[in-house]
Amino acid sequence: MAENPITPRYPDLGLTAAAKAEMKITGQDLEAKSFFAQLQGFWVTFITMFKKVTTVNYPEVKEPTAERFHGRHQLNRYDDGLEKCIGCELCAWACPADAIMVEGADNTEEARFSPGERYGKVYQINYLRCVFCGLCIEACPTRALTMTNEYELADSTREKLIFEKDDLLGPMRAGMIPAPHPMYPGTTDTDYYKGAITGPHPSQEVK
Amino acid sequence: MKISELLGTDPGWIITVKALFIFVLCVLLTLVAIWGERRLVARMQQRLGPNRVGPFGLVQGLADGVKLALKEDLIPKAADRIVFVIAPIISVTACFLAFAVIPMTGVVNLFGHETAMQLTDIPVGVLYILAAASFGVYGIVLAGWSSGSTYPLLGGLRSSAQVISYEVAMGLSLVAVFIYSGSMSTSAIVEAQHDWWFAVVLFPSFVIYMISMVGETNRAPFDLAEAEGELVGGFHTEYSSLKFALFFLAEYVNIIGVSALATTLFLGGYHALPGLTFTEQWWGGWFTMIWFLAKVIAFFFIFVWLRGTLPRLRYDQFMKFGWKVLIPVSLLWILIVATLRVLSQQNTSRAVTLAFASGVVVLILAGTSLYERSQKKSKAENAIGDIPQPSFPVPQIPSQRAEQLHG
Repeated sequence: MAENPITPRYPDLGLTAAAKAEMKITGQDLEAKSFFAQLQGFWVTFITMFKKVTTVNYPEVKEPTAERFHGRHQLNRYDDGLEKCIGCELCAWACPADAIMVEGADNTEEARFSPGERYGKVYQINYLRCVFCGLCIEACPTRALTMTNEYELADSTREKLIFEKDDLLGPMRAGMIPAPHPMYPGTTDTDYYKGAITGPHPSQEVK
Repeated sequence: MKISELLGTDPGWIITVKALFIFVLCVLLTLVAIWGERRLVARMQQRLGPNRVGPFGLVQGLADGVKLALKEDLIPKAADRIVFVIAPIISVTACFLAFAVIPMTGVVNLFGHETAMQLTDIPVGVLYILAAASFGVYGIVLAGWSSGSTYPLLGGLRSSAQVISYEVAMGLSLVAVFIYSGSMSTSAIVEAQHDWWFAVVLFPSFVIYMISMVGETNRAPFDLAEAEGELVGGFHTEYSSLKFALFFLAEYVNIIGVSALATTLFLGGYHALPGLTFTEQWWGGWFTMIWFLAKVIAFFFIFVWLRGTLPRLRYDQFMKFGWKVLIPVSLLWILIVATLRVLSQQNTSRAVTLAFASGVVVLILAGTSLYERSQKKSKAENAIGDIPQPSFPVPQIPSQRAEQLHG
């Protein structure tokens, strides 16, 4: 036969190393010493009884999730307490499961919820539909919407699983003034967006 | 006084107490066994197992039982109603029956009456147990047939075929015990093991019994009758509520029953481990019950261990193993044991006995090596390289291609 220019990588059988290794485990090699090889299984199960159990006693013991686990959503605030959500509905449009419903409204001088023109008046996430894909978070232009690590979302009725804005808004941190209140004096929404506001000004307090 | 004579003097109320005791013990052992099995198998898989109901989940079995009892009791339209109801009762009665002749303690004092914890002692006790076990097959067959449905019928047939075939091997493995103890009465067999347990003396019988008892109880790896992936639930597919609970109870009492029989016939029954015989006098003889239960639980552990380790056999492999391996080997072993027994009873000289024994060993070795040689030969004949090339064009098999590339 003519010399073949292509040298087979595994010349003996034309099989990959992995396939050969598998043959060694499952194949006829084992048959010769099969009786004692089978007894090894009993040793494996016996010794496993004394190994550390991998079960987590869940309701009593809770292990932290992965750092970037996709849990319940949260609507964030700026450091002076104004909401980040501008009611743009990009999250709702990005949602593949149609789980988010946003209704925007105009901020007024009397009632300002977010810096700039608009704010999210109604914000609902339906956790019976949400698939926790995180596309809404990618879509959000102001980082208003993020996800927490909270995963205990089971409940008994459909209504309870539609989360309203109040359920989703992040906690009030020290120094924050609850919205509505005016913007930090002498700033624009761009300053807010750039992170220039690090706390409230006394004049923002609503009497 | 012999145990059988002692039991003969039992008044009626003692017999009633004992019968009640056996019933309660079996049910309690079943509850503990269900819990223990689930916990042990879980540990073998690095899990915890049931640990919610009661301390360490101990009450889980009871909770399951209550749940089963409260469930809706369905009888399929196509079912034969009478037989459908009778089948689980037959099943559960038969396995309790076997316990009547199991000696659980030596001589003890029960409410001021000297007796032994054994309901009755009949001269053919072991045969009686085998008969009771076979009677249980009716429960399975009738359950499968009366369900009026395909899967239960197949499961019932498989189950009965299995139990019957493995009972042959089981019966044969017991013959050696009868030959050595000279009796079929359970208490006499226990006494015959005073010096040496039959598990040591008759080791091959012990092994065959162990294998066939797993086959007989329809347990993993021989649980073909209820192979979940193939037959849904086997013969009890159509059963629900208390009737299903009865089958469940029967299965576990059966396991405990064959374990108790194994303890009685091979592990010296209620007697203590060698070297600890002084414990048999503790608590006025009642401590022997602890030994008996310890041995039964050890057997139960083996059942669980098998279930945790081995995959299910294929049906034909299973039948082949029963009829072509276990039964011939038992027959051969009985032949050897019987010959040795006759030789020793006729006071033949040591040399003759030794010659016979070594002859047997040589024959067995020769037989196995011949078998291995023929196996090797047939394997060589069936090797890939020897497949003739067909006349029509086919793709080459990898090894030939490699040869060409290199040759």
